[in-house]
Amino acid sequence: MIAVDRLTKKYGDLTAVRDLSFEVEKGKIWGLLGPNAAGKTTTMRILTGFLPATDGRATVGGFDIFTQPNEVKRILGYLPEVLPLYPDMTVTEFLNFVAAIKQVPAAKRKDAVAKSVKSAGLETVRGRLIKNISRGFKQRVGIAQALVHDPKVLILDEPTIGLDPAQIIEVRSLIKSLRGEHTIILSTHILAEVTQTCDGVVIINEGRLMASGSLEELTASVRKKETALLKVRRGLPEAAEAVRAVAGVEKVNREDGDLRVEWRPGADPREEIVRLCVEKGFGLLELRPLVMNIEDLYLKVVSGGTEQ
Amino acid sequence: MKTIWTVARKELRTYFTSPIAYVVITVFLVLVGFFFYSLLWWFNSQSMQMAQNQYYYSQLNINQQVFGPLFHNISIILLLMLPLLTMRLFSEEKKIGTEELLYTSPVSTTEIILGKFLASFIVLLSMLSLVGLLSLFPFVYGNPELAPVLIGFLGLLLMGAAFLAIGIFFSSLTENQIVSAILTFGALLLFWIINWASNSAGGYWKDVLNYVSFFQHFDNMTQGILDTTDVVYYLSFAFFGLFLTHSTIQSRRWR
Repeated sequence: MIAVDRLTKKYGDLTAVRDLSFEVEKGKIWGLLGPNAAGKTTTMRILTGFLPATDGRATVGGFDIFTQPNEVKRILGYLPEVLPLYPDMTVTEFLNFVAAIKQVPAAKRKDAVAKSVKSAGLETVRGRLIKNISRGFKQRVGIAQALVHDPKVLILDEPTIGLDPAQIIEVRSLIKSLRGEHTIILSTHILAEVTQTCDGVVIINEGRLMASGSLEELTASVRKKETALLKVRRGLPEAAEAVRAVAGVEKVNREDGDLRVEWRPGADPREEIVRLCVEKGFGLLELRPLVMNIEDLYLKVVSGGTEQ
Repeated sequence: MKTIWTVARKELRTYFTSPIAYVVITVFLVLVGFFFYSLLWWFNSQSMQMAQNQYYYSQLNINQQVFGPLFHNISIILLLMLPLLTMRLFSEEKKIGTEELLYTSPVSTTEIILGKFLASFIVLLSMLSLVGLLSLFPFVYGNPELAPVLIGFLGLLLMGAAFLAIGIFFSSLTENQIVSAILTFGALLLFWIINWASNSAGGYWKDVLNYVSFFQHFDNMTQGILDTTDVVYYLSFAFFGLFLTHSTIQSRRWR
């Protein structure tokens, strides 16, 4: 549904996005994850036709965003990072205006607005001026305006920013309820957002692609090595030496008075380690498996880790 | 076409649900009313004095002595007030971030510009129609010629349209409304008085400076002279302003 091919965007000397490529399947929710200033907003602005790219191609729903921008704009709903709301309009008036400029035929406009009001949960504030409603409702009006012309593709830039925890949960479940009918890309710098709402993720940092794939793929890829944390009461240096000698163990590091043991997948030496500790009297306190998850991957990537 | 109207309706809504349109129209009417009253009062007292003398009496002309100066006065008030109508049209969208909504919708830049221009033009039209009502009085109590008055109003409308287009252009340059209004006002005033320089300029430049000045073209129309040169001048000025707006918006997006 969305295909990005070696997209590059330069602002003068600054390269905001560099050779970015990824694809999103129809009906999936995909997260664009990265720290602040990673190039998320720029990527989204290019996809929505707000900014041109310096180089590269992208298609949305089979239409090229540079040669057929109007076709793309018709099937695309966009929630920018700064909410595009007119404070002096009521919610209904605003959604009517958006429906009109999104070329919803006049006869269908009323139903379209009613539907988006309902799906964004705005029934109670529909007649109020936008400047008088709370931040959480404004965010929902933002989502409603992106939905009003029933677009095939939704692009949401930081949809939960500035909301309180309860509102975040509501907005997330709203986004999840749109899965299937709409293909969605959402950007965020919060990992939990991705693991809770998305099917897949594109991790970028400083404009470069760091990792991308479905959540299962990425989780599988980071589990190539297995790790455990070992805590002993005494003889830490000797314990480290002894554990290092166990078959299958690849690496033993000291970490805050504990030992971090890594081994080859499938070699599971834990039983042997326990036996060793008991025999040599190190006073085994704890042996806990450490699961490397996407969070570790994200942290690694963001702190200048390797490319995947 | 429908989209232009959608954009225009949104702008009209903003004009008339905020105090902007009411304040501009009211202040405009108060000032015009004052000028009109003064001119009529002066003309009235002149008529009384000159009634004794047949020759002087025949020289009195309400078109030249009331409507002519009135149109000049109105044009100056428009020059001061129209920048206030156009200053927010693009600046505001930029400032509150709604330009991202407009430019990611299946709407062309031309349609957005024309919609905004149309809305401000409708406000101008309503300002001038209210003045039109005011100027019915001399027709009730006297016998001015209709054609020169209509041509004068046409001149105001055309010149106002040019002012609006220039204002829209400056509004597209900045996200600050005050800056936009001041730039517009400065540019309009400069084009108004640029023919003053024609006295010191020689030959070819003299004609050029006279031609680009707002004043010269408007002066013809207040006297009831309808010349296609003047009409073309104002229309091309308006077109040029809107064209520059289009170029500005496109270049910002493609930078």
